[in-house]
Amino acid sequence: MEFSEHIKTANVEDVVLQQPLHTSIKGTLCITGHHLLFSDREEESCQQVLLLLRNIDAVEKSSVENLLNYFSLFPNAGHSNRATESSGTIVIKCKDLRVLQLDIPGMEQCLNIAQSIETLSCLNCVAEMYPFFYRPSNASAQDPWGLSTPERHYTEMEELHERWRLSTVNQDYSVCTSYPPAVIVPKAIGDDALKKVAKFRQGGRFPVLCYYHKKNGTVILRGSQPLTGANRKRCLEDELLLQIVIGDSDRGYIIDTRSGQQAQQARMMGGGFESKSCYSNWKRLHRHMERGKTLQESLIKLVEACGDKSPNMDRWLSKLENSKWLSHVQTAMSTAGLLAECVERDGHSVLVHGSEGTDSTLLISTLAQLILDPSCRTLEGFLKLLEREFVQAGHPFQQRCSHSAFSHARIQQECPVFLLLLDCVWQLWRQFPLALGFSEALLLRLATEAYASDYGTFLCNSDMERCALQVKDKTHCLFRALLQPSEREQYTNPLYEPNELAIWPSVHPQSLQLWRGYFLRWTQQTRHLELVQEEIRNMVIEWGKMALSC
Amino acid sequence: MEHIRTPKVENVRLLDRSKGQRKASVGTFYLSATHSMFIENNTETRKETWLLHSMISSVEKLPTTPTGSQLILRCKDFRVIQLLMQQEKDCFDVHASLLRLSRPEKYSELYCLSFNPNINKEERQESWSFIDLMADYKRMGVPNNLWVVSAANSEYRICETYPSELFIPKSASPTVILGSSRFRSRGRFPALSYFHQDTLAAVCRCSQPLSGFSGRCQEDEAMLQAVMKSNPGSAYIYVVDTRPKLNAMANRAAGKGYENEDHYTNIKLHFIGIENIHVMRNSQQKILDMGEMRSPSMTDFLWGLENSGWLKHIKAILDAGVFIARAVADEGVSVLVHCSDGWDRTAQACSIASVLLDPFYRTIKGMMLLIERDWVSFGHKFSHRYAHLDGDPKEVSPVIDQFLECVWQLSQQFPCAFEFNECFLIAIHTHVYSCRYGTFLGNCQKERNDMRLQERSHSVWPQLWKDRADFTNPLYKAELSPCRAVLRPNTTPYCFKMWKGLYNHVERSTPPCQSTADFLSAMREESQQLEEELTNHQERISALTGKPIMWEKVMVKRRTWHIQRHSGPDPPSPYTIPVTSPAQDHRTFGPANQNATVKDPRLTTSGDQPMQVKPLNTDDIFSDLESGVAGLSSRSSSAGEEAKDRETDEIAFTTA
Repeated sequence: MEFSEHIKTANVEDVVLQQPLHTSIKGTLCITGHHLLFSDREEESCQQVLLLLRNIDAVEKSSVENLLNYFSLFPNAGHSNRATESSGTIVIKCKDLRVLQLDIPGMEQCLNIAQSIETLSCLNCVAEMYPFFYRPSNASAQDPWGLSTPERHYTEMEELHERWRLSTVNQDYSVCTSYPPAVIVPKAIGDDALKKVAKFRQGGRFPVLCYYHKKNGTVILRGSQPLTGANRKRCLEDELLLQIVIGDSDRGYIIDTRSGQQAQQARMMGGGFESKSCYSNWKRLHRHMERGKTLQESLIKLVEACGDKSPNMDRWLSKLENSKWLSHVQTAMSTAGLLAECVERDGHSVLVHGSEGTDSTLLISTLAQLILDPSCRTLEGFLKLLEREFVQAGHPFQQRCSHSAFSHARIQQECPVFLLLLDCVWQLWRQFPLALGFSEALLLRLATEAYASDYGTFLCNSDMERCALQVKDKTHCLFRALLQPSEREQYTNPLYEPNELAIWPSVHPQSLQLWRGYFLRWTQQTRHLELVQEEIRNMVIEWGKMALSC
Repeated sequence: MEHIRTPKVENVRLLDRSKGQRKASVGTFYLSATHSMFIENNTETRKETWLLHSMISSVEKLPTTPTGSQLILRCKDFRVIQLLMQQEKDCFDVHASLLRLSRPEKYSELYCLSFNPNINKEERQESWSFIDLMADYKRMGVPNNLWVVSAANSEYRICETYPSELFIPKSASPTVILGSSRFRSRGRFPALSYFHQDTLAAVCRCSQPLSGFSGRCQEDEAMLQAVMKSNPGSAYIYVVDTRPKLNAMANRAAGKGYENEDHYTNIKLHFIGIENIHVMRNSQQKILDMGEMRSPSMTDFLWGLENSGWLKHIKAILDAGVFIARAVADEGVSVLVHCSDGWDRTAQACSIASVLLDPFYRTIKGMMLLIERDWVSFGHKFSHRYAHLDGDPKEVSPVIDQFLECVWQLSQQFPCAFEFNECFLIAIHTHVYSCRYGTFLGNCQKERNDMRLQERSHSVWPQLWKDRADFTNPLYKAELSPCRAVLRPNTTPYCFKMWKGLYNHVERSTPPCQSTADFLSAMREESQQLEEELTNHQERISALTGKPIMWEKVMVKRRTWHIQRHSGPDPPSPYTIPVTSPAQDHRTFGPANQNATVKDPRLTTSGDQPMQVKPLNTDDIFSDLESGVAGLSSRSSSAGEEAKDRETDEIAFTTA
């Protein structure tokens, strides 16, 4: 398939672009297979806007005869002979929540452009996406892809080796399609047993280790729901695996991200939960976390509320409430807090799962590690954590992030779990401005890249798919790029101080705030606050210099 | 003294609302004429809690239970103190005593007038001259050929609630002033609040005209004309009526009302719609009620905030300020502001406009002057509004709370524009209510003069000035360009947040989270000290060697800032096991000792010293440094034993 089939009009001149925080500019619009390119014609102040078509969530065209506006904006353009032609307006709503408006002379051109954008931004063939074409100038193909591998991670954690081993039972993805080829499991469990456990867990996601708490040797495991079904099937290997995990200790916890009722209902569909009688040393805690469509709708409502400029205070707060987004943030953080509490305060190992174990499960296991583990709070540590717990652990990025809040398409598998994670991390960052080694800018960058990216990191739904498409050979890795010296500085937190303690966030409603930096990103007010962050950075650098010179 | 029925109760439990009964500290409760005190029995900490009686807004006695009788003291700074006494009789006596003590009937019962004023006579006299309003008027460029000081109100002849010295348009004759004041509610005629030197436009204030449905007054019309004339070249003035139009119209039936645009040439009338003191009182009460909820869900919180209407009112006040500031700075048009009596909403609108217009009022000293001018001198009824004496509860309203909150909201939008931090605003708030100083006593200048407050009490401002290091915003940039002149805040609803620092005492009682501002302050202090040390050493070296030295750079390892290594509210509040899950015992997770370690702050010098100079004693330097930040590090995390004592509370913490 050729992109050019979809491009009827590649170039249009005299287009007026309006974008937030900028004055309107007039210039040339150009559509390519992956990009929308706009450059103004003023020679002195050459402004360019390069937008990945993949970043476009919705295109709205209106055939307004707005010539009057058009010429009042640019009175000097009056002597062009377009006065007789009509023009059209395209509003482009991006996945990073930016809204752009293009005024295009000529109805036909306008419709052509709109159609090209609509088609090209929704192409779902991964192998033809931009990351496969992107060649950054400063990276060579020999750079290893990714920051770490399960093997390296295991090797580095020597304290694990006594009781845990690296299993390659999933070498060819035959046991679990969404797991990486190597996972960490109890030493006392053989690969054959693992295969049986995998059959007993949804999607083959048998319990694997995701975090080892050095302080007391407890662990966090994650998996998916057991397939007990209506007639309470059992799997002795599964029970054994969990028993081995707690060893001599008298108890372990299972945090189920569904409510007790939902877990009961899941049995009718072949799923289920670990019953008290079969797993007598494990105590189940149910925490209801919203998922799927509900979460996506929540995002849509929130973005809609943020886009509304009505001056009435009442409506703002009720819309904010009505979106329920902050409630989801609160639930996620308190569940993660509960998980961390079990491990750190109570000294018991925990297994986390919901149903598939690829969404809420990863969300709270990631957050809990940030709360507990100082090594996850550096810039590098955090990116490694995301690589491990989201990318390698099989969060289906492609399904979850194919559309954002503006899209008119019917919600299918979209769900802003990763965005919710970033929001929770932001809440942590706001409550502990010194404890995290990265900046808000990093969270914003990740939020953007998850939906549309030059890099291959967030492509596909699992390691298996990435392997099949040779993503690691043919694309570049975002995490590596973020750690480049040129990029690194803006993503580090100048106030960061290593802190060995757990950071316990407050989840009181008054302590949680709307993430203005993301949801109101394109407003002047947020710009002010960004300037303040820059200011802080400069102050710290200056004082650092002074301390050096003293 | 005669009101104290029992001066001392032993074995009293002081309950912390966020921690539950079992964590209560046991101690002795004392009552004095001015304070309630609670002193812990624990000999190690011996923590003392002092409470001025004038800070108590209500005393509630709960029904006696087997554990004892509970007394709830709600304070004007929104703290809530719960005491549990074993004997019902003690509780009854304390309750009765506090009821009387917290509602003084005469000014002389108040703390600031209860001690001998001549102990620090000089200090006292000095304290009152700290704020010089005339100097501030001079700073803004008056008197000049447009505005002059008027003696019309000397000895408070025409308006009792105005200051004796006022600035009025040069062209306004005494007859015009007298006539205008007779036509204005309570005689509060138009007078200058702020003069904007760049545009020559002015902000003036007054009360509503006594126009009724058709009344008019030539002198008042001439007065407004004079205000306009004092802004050369302008063709009209804005008259900002800060009330909702409906309220203003209703006032006409009572012979009051607003300016009729047909009678006044060259005015443009503009209504803002700030609600009256009764609406505001109720609105704030709803915020406080919300704070008393044990474990609100996100929905409870947002609904509560919305239903209180509080942020809407804050926005209305800020909108008034923005309107005035725009008229003055952008259009160069003078503005006359009034409400009904011109001492509540008018004070809010005028002072916010000043903050927006003039960077000086965003400094610590400037804020003091502004409050002294627009609030204290112009007769804001402090004693009535903040219930200094037992009086009509309908007169009480959080008017200045709202002004302070507007300033706080602005500081959230412009973090670099204000010299002071949130603590400064909270300190002002506390002292408006506390009556520890004479500054806010009484309802107008005349009353304060009659009471001879300057001879009998101290002013609060020098005290706050002395503590200014605690009140300084490390991010303040006096010369940052966007903040240089006029602030142009965004008043879209999403820009307003709840002022957690003022209202949320539940959260404040747990150790604070990390704060960027604290960090920056500590760092700045430290680098200042380093700099001073450097200069000292340079001087000493040059004295020793007899010639100026070229200082070569010594590499010093970046020190680890040893400030506040605490990690958050400990124990974390509501991550609890949900009550909803079946067969669940309500256990909470055990404690974990996580005493924050404070690292040895000693700097290690590395590299070669360029010079061997004997008197350099590094220990001296660094012991100094330690003390510089000791205040911060001492706040570090306490052990988390509380965790196990929270069972009873935690059951209630289920999240939505």
